[in-house]
Amino acid sequence: MNLDYSPQEVAFRAEVRAFLADNLPADIAARVADGSPLSHDDTLRWQAILHARGWLASVWPREHGGTGWSVVERHIFAEESALYSAPRLPPFGLNMLGPVVIRYGTDAQKATILPRILDGSDWWCQGYSEPGAGSDLASLRTRAVRFGDDYVVNGQKTWTTYGQYANKIFCLVRTADGKPQQGISFLLVDLDTPGVEMRPIRIIDGSVEVNEVFFTDARVPVANLVGEENAGWTIAKYLLTYERTNIAGVGYATKELARLRQLARQIVRDGRPIADNPAFAARIAELECELEALRVTNLRLLANARDGAASGVDSSMLKLRGTQLRQSLQDLYRMVLGPMAGPLAGTGLAGDLGLPSDAIRAAQTYFNHRKLSIYGGSNEIQRNIVAQHLFQG
Amino acid sequence: MDFRHSEEHQLLADSLRRFLADASPMTARNTAAFAFPYHIPTLWAGLARLGIPGAFVTEAHGGFGGTPADIMVVFEEIGRNLCIEPLLGTLLGARLLERLGRGDLLEGVIAGSERLALAVNEPQVACDLDHLAATAHRVDGSWRLQGQKSAIYGAPAATLVLVVARTDDHLGVFALREPALIHSAMVDGGGTADLVLSGLRAECLAQDARPAIEEALDLGRLALCAETLGAMSHLMALTKDYLQTRKQFGQALSTFQALRHRAVDMQVDLEQVLSITISAMAEFDGPQRARHVAMAKALTGKLAARFAEEAIQLHGGIGMTWEYPGSHYAKRLVMIDHQLGDRHDHIARMIRADRQDVKAAT
Repeated sequence: MNLDYSPQEVAFRAEVRAFLADNLPADIAARVADGSPLSHDDTLRWQAILHARGWLASVWPREHGGTGWSVVERHIFAEESALYSAPRLPPFGLNMLGPVVIRYGTDAQKATILPRILDGSDWWCQGYSEPGAGSDLASLRTRAVRFGDDYVVNGQKTWTTYGQYANKIFCLVRTADGKPQQGISFLLVDLDTPGVEMRPIRIIDGSVEVNEVFFTDARVPVANLVGEENAGWTIAKYLLTYERTNIAGVGYATKELARLRQLARQIVRDGRPIADNPAFAARIAELECELEALRVTNLRLLANARDGAASGVDSSMLKLRGTQLRQSLQDLYRMVLGPMAGPLAGTGLAGDLGLPSDAIRAAQTYFNHRKLSIYGGSNEIQRNIVAQHLFQG
Repeated sequence: MDFRHSEEHQLLADSLRRFLADASPMTARNTAAFAFPYHIPTLWAGLARLGIPGAFVTEAHGGFGGTPADIMVVFEEIGRNLCIEPLLGTLLGARLLERLGRGDLLEGVIAGSERLALAVNEPQVACDLDHLAATAHRVDGSWRLQGQKSAIYGAPAATLVLVVARTDDHLGVFALREPALIHSAMVDGGGTADLVLSGLRAECLAQDARPAIEEALDLGRLALCAETLGAMSHLMALTKDYLQTRKQFGQALSTFQALRHRAVDMQVDLEQVLSITISAMAEFDGPQRARHVAMAKALTGKLAARFAEEAIQLHGGIGMTWEYPGSHYAKRLVMIDHQLGDRHDHIARMIRADRQDVKAAT
């Protein structure tokens, strides 16, 4: 047994570090580091820098403009990016639609869609969930009926993350009745199509990250179908395997724990730094133990994936524990501030308390991060998946 | 990165697993586990023939291994079998003797004729050696011990008891051959003892041995984490089988979502215990040994107790019976946290180290 990276992997890590040190814009890194909200322009700038280096599409093969990285190299890049406070790029085009088009798309689709993801011409969002179809996704009811060379789409999608920045959406739509999984198709839609309307959903922390999308007799060319008609469920499942990259969030949790420690030394309450409150210090130490275990679990499962021995439920276990850990970290981050967690950022004098930006927003971030155990397959669904594996046969 | 055991370790694990399943079935184990000397001489002899105590000793001292990976492999199987033999005490003693350069005493350990116990705990000290009270003084050319030692694991079956006692400003190690003990069975089986020193004459092995004692204790903690892992793996399999077999309301318990989800959380806890034990093993010979061992012992203690409680609950009434093996595994998983410092002791140890780091930095 050994936990060491290979010499090539060590060299790759050094290369990534050097690149990040030289190319990550300081103003963007500072905003990520102190938890300030990023503008869409920040995301676009970082994407362009990665694209210029050829490091944008980490899960695509080289022939399509991707990096061709192994799972271990992807892990190293994600880990270093988190430690250097690089922005996390939205996964919808790069990690979700891209691999689907490469696997199931026509040559024409590959030629038009992939380059436009890389150069930032297109921003994709995801049309999966519906008001009546969340964890039970296959019960979706948005319908596409074929008329000549078009589908006419009617229905409603929801929880569409960053839909406000997107110009395109990939959707699961119902094209046939019968068994729920069998009548679903994977359809690409321009958001400026007449009959498509995006409306923001304000969430618990006051921000807008997600949207609902309404389709009213929207006409979509049949050429926008990916894969066979009614084969969308298979594609959706394939796509989810890519959504799982970096799902444990070990890099983020490591960074969050370090910031928590730092802030707990800075903030004095009742005569001593909060870090010296024994109850608080014990909670920090407990989370450090959980994080160390998760770090090694992540590496073990990564080695399995590298060796083609992934169990199929590894990512579910990582998602469960990773999200629990990050939610616990946010809980504690909020608690460090004591009464100072109360004022709402952006109102009155809330920005002038002499705290780092993410500390001012600690309570809001805590509420925002309740999403971690809900999205991407709720933690209850992840338990169902692991249970299926545990009790099979 | 490679998380598989080496071929050699896999062979060792397989042969030890087969041997223990055959030589120490649950009924024989439970007969011996709660009655003096809490030890089965033929079982010990068989372990010695397999080279098990020898695996605790490095090759430099005539042993067959002594690496952290060796310890992890052996104790995982000990845990899977719920073996009560005085292996923990022998491991602690062997590492200490090795660091103190007493290879002469190790020959018997490797051969299986010597069984060791380490008397370090006191009624008011479980983990922080700064607070030990027992003392050693030289009187008329020989060393005399004063004070009281408690929770000396495996001592009732030991041939040699090593006692940690204060010598002025240092911690020394002293040997007692088969001293008079106040012995008892442990709740989860196996033997332990207290020892009133009251002027006992002892052989001095070292007058200043604190780093060696700390290392031996950390190695014992690594062993306990690995033992936890083995016991959890076995109890997970028992629990899974039970849920799939037992029917209520006309269907197997494993079809009920509330129970399936709890079983999944147990499985994930098991994965985390494996990972944190690997972490402690991998870092054992490095500068961060103490912290990684403390993290492993703290997390393992917490997760193992929760796991055991869940296992009992998922079994219902059967989990409460003496006859069902699972109940004994559950007891071990709860009580193991009490040995060599529990989760609170090791969290406190991490916090003490953090404070020292902050002080050093300012």
